[in-house]
Amino acid sequence: MSATEAPSAPRPKDRPEPERRPAGLRTLVASVGGQNLSLIAALAVVVVLFGSLNPNFLSWDNIQVIGEAATIAGLLAVVQTVVIICGALDISVGSQAGLASVVSAMVFTSTGSSAPLGIGAALLAGAAVGLLNGAVIIHGRVNPTIATLAGLAAYKGLAQLVSGGRAQGFVLNDPVFVFLSRGKIAGLPTMIWILVLVAAAVHVLLTYTDIGRNIYALGGNDTAARLAGINLNKYLISAYALTGTVAALAGVLLTARTGSGQPVSGSEGLELQSITAAALGGCALKGGKGTIGGTLLAVALLGALQNGLTVQGINSFWQNVAQGLLLVAAVVIQQRRNRERAIGLPA
Amino acid sequence: MTTPEPPPATALGLTAEHVSKSFGSVQALHGVTLTFPPGRVTALMGENGAGKSTLLRILTGDHRPTRGRVLLDGRELHLTSPIDARRAGIRIIPQEPEIIPHVSVAENVYAGSLPRRAGRRLDRAELHRRITADLSRLGFDRVLDPDRLGSRLTAAQRQLVEILRALTGETPPRVIAFDEPTSSLSEHETEALFELIGRLRDLGIAIVYVSHRMKEIFHLADRIAVLRDGALVGEVDATRTTESELVRLMVGRDLAGLFVRQHVATERVVLDVRHLTTDAVRDVSLTVRAGEVVALAGLIGAGRSELALALAGDLPIRSGTVTLNGRPLKARSPRDAIEAGIGLAPEERKAQALLLHRTIRDNTTLVSQRRLRRWRFVSRARERALAQEYADRLRVRAPSIEAEVRTLSGGNQQKVVLARWLARRPELLILDEPTRGVDIGAKAEIYQIIADLAREGTAVLVISSELPEVLGLADRVVVLQNGRITGELDRADATEEAVLALAMADDLAPATAATTATQDATTTSPDATTTDTPSGANR
Repeated sequence: MSATEAPSAPRPKDRPEPERRPAGLRTLVASVGGQNLSLIAALAVVVVLFGSLNPNFLSWDNIQVIGEAATIAGLLAVVQTVVIICGALDISVGSQAGLASVVSAMVFTSTGSSAPLGIGAALLAGAAVGLLNGAVIIHGRVNPTIATLAGLAAYKGLAQLVSGGRAQGFVLNDPVFVFLSRGKIAGLPTMIWILVLVAAAVHVLLTYTDIGRNIYALGGNDTAARLAGINLNKYLISAYALTGTVAALAGVLLTARTGSGQPVSGSEGLELQSITAAALGGCALKGGKGTIGGTLLAVALLGALQNGLTVQGINSFWQNVAQGLLLVAAVVIQQRRNRERAIGLPA
Repeated sequence: MTTPEPPPATALGLTAEHVSKSFGSVQALHGVTLTFPPGRVTALMGENGAGKSTLLRILTGDHRPTRGRVLLDGRELHLTSPIDARRAGIRIIPQEPEIIPHVSVAENVYAGSLPRRAGRRLDRAELHRRITADLSRLGFDRVLDPDRLGSRLTAAQRQLVEILRALTGETPPRVIAFDEPTSSLSEHETEALFELIGRLRDLGIAIVYVSHRMKEIFHLADRIAVLRDGALVGEVDATRTTESELVRLMVGRDLAGLFVRQHVATERVVLDVRHLTTDAVRDVSLTVRAGEVVALAGLIGAGRSELALALAGDLPIRSGTVTLNGRPLKARSPRDAIEAGIGLAPEERKAQALLLHRTIRDNTTLVSQRRLRRWRFVSRARERALAQEYADRLRVRAPSIEAEVRTLSGGNQQKVVLARWLARRPELLILDEPTRGVDIGAKAEIYQIIADLAREGTAVLVISSELPEVLGLADRVVVLQNGRITGELDRADATEEAVLALAMADDLAPATAATTATQDATTTSPDATTTDTPSGANR
């Protein structure tokens, strides 16, 4: 997808750029970033393709549908970006969302329809689970992929245990949940606002604060970061706690959208989507590199693709295949750019 | 592999012809022409960074020369990988043997070409037959058990495995290069190795022998080639030269001109270490005053870097006290040490100091964030101003401070590391090998920076394996050997001989006292992440 060449509409910016490209493109690539440019091009291709196949694809209603559908995966992709910049990975985000979904609905029901308590409990549960992930990784010295793989299974199981494996409660008689799922602010669905706000907050954190600098530093070179006086453990545990909390928020939105707490359905596979989006968006899986802007572009691309395929009536099994291919393609392109030597296991 | 071109000089053996190599802006080799004849031991000498390793890597196919060519018996070789070189009969015994830990000696030796039976099953009988034959042919049958696991071998045995690898294989060896083979061997093992090298030479194999140990070189070598700053400065007959001539060839240039000699040390003690013991050093006491440059000399592995890391809060202190500006310092993390006013520019700048994919600006301000932020927001303008100020002051050569650090040369990268600490204004700055892998121009600039720092009243502790640098920079030299301080020399008393004698006090005989005896024992830094900028590359 992102292999598509960049369009050549030049927007002048005068910063020098080290990569070897034609002079006209160089300035443009520098200002937007090569990766983002490929994503925009890919998005344009997808939009033009599906738009010409089905005019409804470009209708305002359908765009909102795409946005809403992409919100849950988008939230997870945003925090996954933070974790990946740290040089780690969280493949338990889907299970965390599922657990939070169940918790929100069950606490809501058992407290006599208190939405704030339900949502608060879900967010707390998410934060706790995230802290647990971080603690296992830091203090148990467990590789992040393995630790969160364990989490993927365990949190899913936990959600199934507390819910008995069934959808729990019904929340759409409550105005808060209704507002979350169907409300609009200034013409835009609430869900999209939530994604935009969370993404903006994380973007500001990463780009404008010393916390963000330190996160990039520890992902880029952990020894250097440590010797520069950065408390690595604190940052890593916080990153996982943030991930847990935002995954829980995604779980709450899942509850609102489906009307009840879902232990598995709706959250399964979100880890794949979030990692795919982050990788497509330009995160280096080695850490130290990645932006929220890139990830959001990738989320939009994935959302548009998924919606377009659905609108065209293409089997969802194929969509899974497409997603797997995209993830591999994203990483292959990244490694080619890094000129990774094709010997042995990749770094 | 070969071209029909007529051989220019019908020299037998392995020849490097006008070989040049540059890494980015650093030229590691300048037109080196050198022949390693068969049946001769040719020693390759030179200071740290003189280009020995680069030349070896070119001869063994690991690097490709920027200019020039490599010939074997007058025929040009086009080596694109170490495998090509191996097929051509060129073998190298690396300084650090590569041993697969959980398989046997036999499988280690034939790794990649194990004998097999139908269905790709390992032919254990054949493997055993082969290893026993090879071991007894080479006289190793007493010292190497073919069934022993790689992880359980001693340093000498590991090296024997590498030698066996070099001597076996489809093509017979024509050239064998030994890269400081004795650095981890005992005296007895060294003798056995020399005996073996003698036999290989008598078989007509061209031997390339890289070492710093004069005694070994005079014992073994027929000819001695000396490299300096990437150029061949002399090729002498081993029987017609002396140690002092070799030292003169190796050092050659007038290093004194590089250093800014001055004495600005005050009486105010900044760092006072008393009876410090860590896992690597024992009972170390030393002081550094404001404006004073103290050099920590010693062999690789003496515990100098570990001492630096302990002072910087990164390694635990077992006992003893550290006092900084009269206040006891109990640093439990680098953060504590930095807060107290200690800065450390570590040994491996790529692995331990730099964020290669971030800008000069990000790298410079890494330890000064607190000064630049308001609430938690970093002021981009003040950040840029600070980075620009120090980039200008240290004359970092780059398109702008927004350039990624990986695109810079080694010297400029080191300046960025220094800029980071200068921007923080530490009381005590520890510099571990500040000029490693840095070209001579940048070296001079770094020496100037160190002198300026001292003049501003910073206490500076420099760790260096280059003796001329130690002598040129330091007001005082503290020598560490095997984790303990063996002596302290004032500038007036510090000579290369005196420092070396202390560094090797009960290690080797003083006969080995070459200028460079302390160097080169480290391996290439792990720089797999980046482009071809040289850090370990041009050693």
